[in-house]
Amino acid sequence: MEGQTADPVLEVAAAHKNFGTFAAVRGVSFAVRRGECFGLLGPNGAGKTTTIRMIYGFSPLSGGTIRVFGQEIGPHFRAIRARLGVCQQGNTLDPDLSVLENLLVFAGYFRIPRREALARAEELLAFFALEAKKRFQYEELSGGMARRLMLARAIINRPDLLILDEPTTGLDPQSRNTLWDRLLDLKRQGLTILLTTHAMEEAERFCDRLCIIDHGQVAAEGDPAGLIATHAGRHALEVESPDEAMAAYLADQGRRFDRSGRRLIVYGDDRAALLALRDQFCTERGFIRAATLEDVFLRLTGRELRE
Amino acid sequence: MTADARFTGLFWAVWRRNLRVYRRIWAINFLPPLLEPLFYLLAFGLGFSGLVSGVSWHGEALAFTQFFAPALIAAAAMWQAFMETSYNSFVRMFYQKSYDAMLATPLSLEEIIVAEIVWGATRSVIAAALMLAVVAGLGYTTGGQALAVIPVALLGGLAFGAMGMAATAVTPSIDMFNIPVFLVITPMFLFSGTFFPVDALPAWAGPLAWAMPLYHLAELMRAACLGRLTTGSLGNAAVLALYAAIFLPLALAGMRRRLIK
Repeated sequence: MEGQTADPVLEVAAAHKNFGTFAAVRGVSFAVRRGECFGLLGPNGAGKTTTIRMIYGFSPLSGGTIRVFGQEIGPHFRAIRARLGVCQQGNTLDPDLSVLENLLVFAGYFRIPRREALARAEELLAFFALEAKKRFQYEELSGGMARRLMLARAIINRPDLLILDEPTTGLDPQSRNTLWDRLLDLKRQGLTILLTTHAMEEAERFCDRLCIIDHGQVAAEGDPAGLIATHAGRHALEVESPDEAMAAYLADQGRRFDRSGRRLIVYGDDRAALLALRDQFCTERGFIRAATLEDVFLRLTGRELRE
Repeated sequence: MTADARFTGLFWAVWRRNLRVYRRIWAINFLPPLLEPLFYLLAFGLGFSGLVSGVSWHGEALAFTQFFAPALIAAAAMWQAFMETSYNSFVRMFYQKSYDAMLATPLSLEEIIVAEIVWGATRSVIAAALMLAVVAGLGYTTGGQALAVIPVALLGGLAFGAMGMAATAVTPSIDMFNIPVFLVITPMFLFSGTFFPVDALPAWAGPLAWAMPLYHLAELMRAACLGRLTTGSLGNAAVLALYAAIFLPLALAGMRRRLIK
């Protein structure tokens, strides 16, 4: 397989997944290149976790193909998973084992020899600032520490592709930042990363490319800046409880805008034009800000609640 | 390119994980198999000897405790394996999500499930070995055949381990294990030639007892302890092997249906 380094690490082509009559994933396609961080964004129930589970071979596909390192996961699950690191969404640490044992036992599942496993475990505990906790039981760990241990465990086999399902959900800002710092270190070492997240700001900062999934389909794909430029614009004027006249005017002018509850957001590349709008309709209740990935996300997936 | 094998020796890694957890509190885990036969035999020896004069087993007159002691080992082998692959495996699967984590590694589902069953059988072997020491110490064994208790416990453990895992595959919640435990395992514990010979059962219940794996396990344990293993014992072993052979694929198919979505 050497010499084919130009090939994508992961290729998802028209992947489908049905649960009974419900189609959770309906033709998702994307590719992840070596060394990049690729984000899978989408509202709850969009099909992100289902897609990830198909990639690491937990869920069989209902249609389409997925190739990891150029091979199909079905028949080659063992060879592929030996080179994958998977950090699942929920906590799947072993509560019957200590922090160190969690790493050692997992290393055993990859047939890593004992001495080598011990060396790697020590190294990872240092890297994730868990050295002092290695004899702890996992109930004694905070949420942030548990997540770091999950991540340490996921890379004990030195994977070529790291898959992270909502790595920072539920963590406080300190833990989140620590986790992202470590992920950035790993990325700089050349690790290819695929992650799902709801944290738009983090996705914007860390993902080289991403795709937004909704209702089991890809709604948009590209790099964060490109997606913002295409789907929102550089700036956004956000207005609290605007006059109805404003929405009518914008619709009449064919401007790009969204309503979200009581808020109205107008997008555009021309800052002066947005300022003029503000002066015209809402001097006090409007402010200009940079358009973000969250704007793109909400524009594409709608603003109604997903339950 | 050929597909990866579904089953390899990697299952020992899961088995070793369970052993590691067991060893942590080995002293606590050793208590029941050491104390149970001691207390039971003391209670029955002291209290029952006046009430029950003796038991006839295959035409041989045995003291009640002689009859009962090997059955205790059989019952312990059953409980150890069944409890491990029902309650304990369910906790690992459902609450701890351990199988989900393992299924993101090179392990296959088959390896995980077989490892759990073999681990359950290992617990049967450990318990049987400890109980054998107590039972032999109290003078309820005759001769070297008693060592056959160990392989017999392994075989019985595999059968009951597979049965427990098959129950785990279909049980919706942990409380539901009361159904197999109280409708199958407990009646079997009481009526399979353990506390009294099956001859004492009404005629209709005889074949029922004969179909129970614990009956065959108890027969084998008794024959081993008393040095009465014969070629006929192979029939008992075959029934246990048959149970293992039926419930292992059921457990695998059931767990596949339950976990792989």
